[in-house]
Amino acid sequence: MAQTATAAAEPTFADRLRKGILGDRTAGEFLMDQRAFVALIVLVIVFSLLSDAFLTPTNMILMTKHVAYNAILALGMLLVIVTGGIDLSVGSTVGLSGIVAGVMLQGWELSVFDTTAYPAVWVVVIISLAVGGLVGALNGWMITRFNVAPFIATLGTLYMARGAALLISDGATFPRLQGEAELGNTGFSFIGVERPLGIPTAIWIMVIFAMLIALLVTRTRFGRWLYATGGNERAAGLSGVPVASVKMRVYIISGVCAGMAGLIIASELTSAAPQTGQTFELNAIAAVVIGGASLSGGRGTVKGALIGAFVIGFLSDGLVLVGVSSFWQTVIKGLVIVLAVILDQGQERLKKARAAAQAAQSVRRELDARHAEASAKA
Amino acid sequence: MTAVAEPVSQSITRGEVVLRAEQVAKVYGGTHALRGVDFDVKAGEVTALIGENGAGKSTLMKILSGVEQASAGTVYLDGEPVSFSDSSEARERGVAIIHQELNLCQNLSIADNIFLARERTRGGMVDFSAQETEAARFLERLEEPLNPKTLVGDLRLGQQQLVEIAKALGEEARVLIMDEPTSALSHHEVQILFRVVRDLASRGVAIVYISHHLDECLEIADTGIVLRDGLVVASAAMKDVDLSWIVTNMVGREEGALYSPMAFDAGDTVLSIRDLVVADPDSPGRLAVNGVSLDLHEREVVGVFGLMGAGRTELLEALAGRNKVLSGQVLLDDEDLSNMAVSERIARGLILVPEDRQRDGLVSSLSVGANTALAAINDFVSRFFVSKAREREAVTEIGAQVRVKASGLDAPIGSLSGGNQQKVVISKALLTHPRVLVLDEPTRGIDVGAKADIFSLMAKQARVGCTVLFATSEAGEVLHASDRILVMARGVVVAELDPRKTTREELMALADTSSTPTKNEE
Repeated sequence: MAQTATAAAEPTFADRLRKGILGDRTAGEFLMDQRAFVALIVLVIVFSLLSDAFLTPTNMILMTKHVAYNAILALGMLLVIVTGGIDLSVGSTVGLSGIVAGVMLQGWELSVFDTTAYPAVWVVVIISLAVGGLVGALNGWMITRFNVAPFIATLGTLYMARGAALLISDGATFPRLQGEAELGNTGFSFIGVERPLGIPTAIWIMVIFAMLIALLVTRTRFGRWLYATGGNERAAGLSGVPVASVKMRVYIISGVCAGMAGLIIASELTSAAPQTGQTFELNAIAAVVIGGASLSGGRGTVKGALIGAFVIGFLSDGLVLVGVSSFWQTVIKGLVIVLAVILDQGQERLKKARAAAQAAQSVRRELDARHAEASAKA
Repeated sequence: MTAVAEPVSQSITRGEVVLRAEQVAKVYGGTHALRGVDFDVKAGEVTALIGENGAGKSTLMKILSGVEQASAGTVYLDGEPVSFSDSSEARERGVAIIHQELNLCQNLSIADNIFLARERTRGGMVDFSAQETEAARFLERLEEPLNPKTLVGDLRLGQQQLVEIAKALGEEARVLIMDEPTSALSHHEVQILFRVVRDLASRGVAIVYISHHLDECLEIADTGIVLRDGLVVASAAMKDVDLSWIVTNMVGREEGALYSPMAFDAGDTVLSIRDLVVADPDSPGRLAVNGVSLDLHEREVVGVFGLMGAGRTELLEALAGRNKVLSGQVLLDDEDLSNMAVSERIARGLILVPEDRQRDGLVSSLSVGANTALAAINDFVSRFFVSKAREREAVTEIGAQVRVKASGLDAPIGSLSGGNQQKVVISKALLTHPRVLVLDEPTRGIDVGAKADIFSLMAKQARVGCTVLFATSEAGEVLHASDRILVMARGVVVAELDPRKTTREELMALADTSSTPTKNEE
């Protein structure tokens, strides 16, 4: 008795730590809330037990580099999904931006001036990102101006952007994008090959994008508008949120993210193929959903989307490492996605059921009291 | 509790007209919601706008606040003609509105909602702590000390309504329109709100107050304006009038002639409800129906009367199987329906004509005929295929019986007027040969002629042996279209009345939650 009294008066470090992490949740609820992170930890543990090569710094950096472009796509996708939309065009945009970079690095034939231009790498990067933004703007324009459903509008640009990439390249791959010193367009390999401070540039880019978007989402007016638009578009509009412009901007950001991913891949391979990025949009959507975002909008975090991207990336690389066939990999990836959503629904239902059960209990008590009163009168 | 009262603007003098509507008209499709309304809003005064459902109150307020644009007429702000293209423009000019439906983002916190689109920023970033402090101050003013970081989705309905009010307070408007601000508030909360309203008025804010609770209007308003069928029919200083003046003007004189009185010749008990408890589907912690028991007999029309939030819709939807029953029984001929699916209930003879016909009653892409046949489609199936001939025959017959005016069975459902669409929904229900016909607000938003048709149809069904249960928030309807009246408030039946011996004032007084506080208050 006395012991518990002192414990209550002076919380131990462990108690405070517990309180800090859990709040007023139980341990089970905490694990449920953090299930994507828990899943990632489980993956790491399981694969490091199955393979000695898994938990080595080299492999970790390599896998993170693989995750990078998916994570960048997922960050853009997150913004779109939080507003209640979807962007199916990002995979094609990855291909298109790579091709645009490729055509410029190989020599940009300007028939009007009758010359071939060799723009500097920073110009190439900016133009490729702008092309991504343009595809996004086209999505946003169709969705806000003509009220086309996001699924359909971005399905349209999925085909259009892919077609554009094939037209520009005539179906061929642009090889050898490292540039030539005398043309002043070297340095493209910096994005996908080099390792400043021992970490691949792609990872740095992912970190920078994640920090910028996290800041945007959690700290700015625009971030509040995102969640408001996805949570209740009508209420947001009536409160004065410029809903159309918010949507326009998220698709542009998603397009720019896709453009960045395209550059990373083209630089890594030092070649650009028009088919690059097929079905990448599905990986991005899966990452966002595993991270706890709701496809109906209004819910989702940067942390969640990143963890989702890592779960998918580590899962596929881990399965390769332990020698699971690529056919089984596909099946397992599908299972993980569905499982994530089932858990999500389960949690929601659990919350609702608990509230309803509490209400029912209080009523039953009241009804019993009422019956007792009535029978006492009689 | 109140913050220091500062005048909102020095130039405002009490009683000066701030906002004026002149000959404002609004046409939706073919219906005239407003037919030339003149309306003044004065600084420092509370103006009550009174009228039955469909009288045009909400339409007028939407025009004044820029949510909708007038088809004709002019709105003046400070004597200058204005035409707001949207609500944010109106808000910039100092006209704010608290909407009847809650316009909150459930996924955001209280503070985020209050400052939505008006975020306090510092160096490009949202200043969350400043917002939270300020939000806490607004909540304090409303005597609702909630944590501003709480998600709005976790609040009960009344608290959400207070957040909506706090949001409007934050706008520091010169004209504040309150459209049914108290529908989910308790008696105590209403009194707090009134203190805030009086405080605002004393600081020169012009307030427009709309409420179904007529005694609230009498208590808070300086001036009352009564709308009926899109026209201003009366206006007076509130201190000179009483409840019966309001009611007489609201209803007009042709009321009695509208519906035919019914012969009450009830038969055996058909449907029996025991201690029914239903959770609010929008916020599961709240109980919409809180222990209702009643018996319905053959050949009777029972009207359930109640104001917004009384639980009538939830009760009816629970009977039909759309809302989950937490406890209690629904017995049709001694068989418990409470765990059956909607289709099983329809097969046993219980069907609901839902409140929102656009959303729940009709398939907008199908024709009149296809909509009518929808619920009874199994009756027309022979082997694998739907027999077009039999379907057409049945639909034509029921259409004639219900007097649906349509250019043909193949006409798109959208081409019909509201009243005729409602008749299609009822025809659809009748094709399933119901024993218990449940109708939720069957006359919402339809014209007077169609109302009379629908009530006579309900009476006819009762006479041929059906049991009819309908819910409404209009006292005139329930008095003239039912054999027996049940009054609901706060999820319970508070009274059972004989319509021939009941007055409208009695009904209103019983249904008014603010005058019947119950022990359920939190």
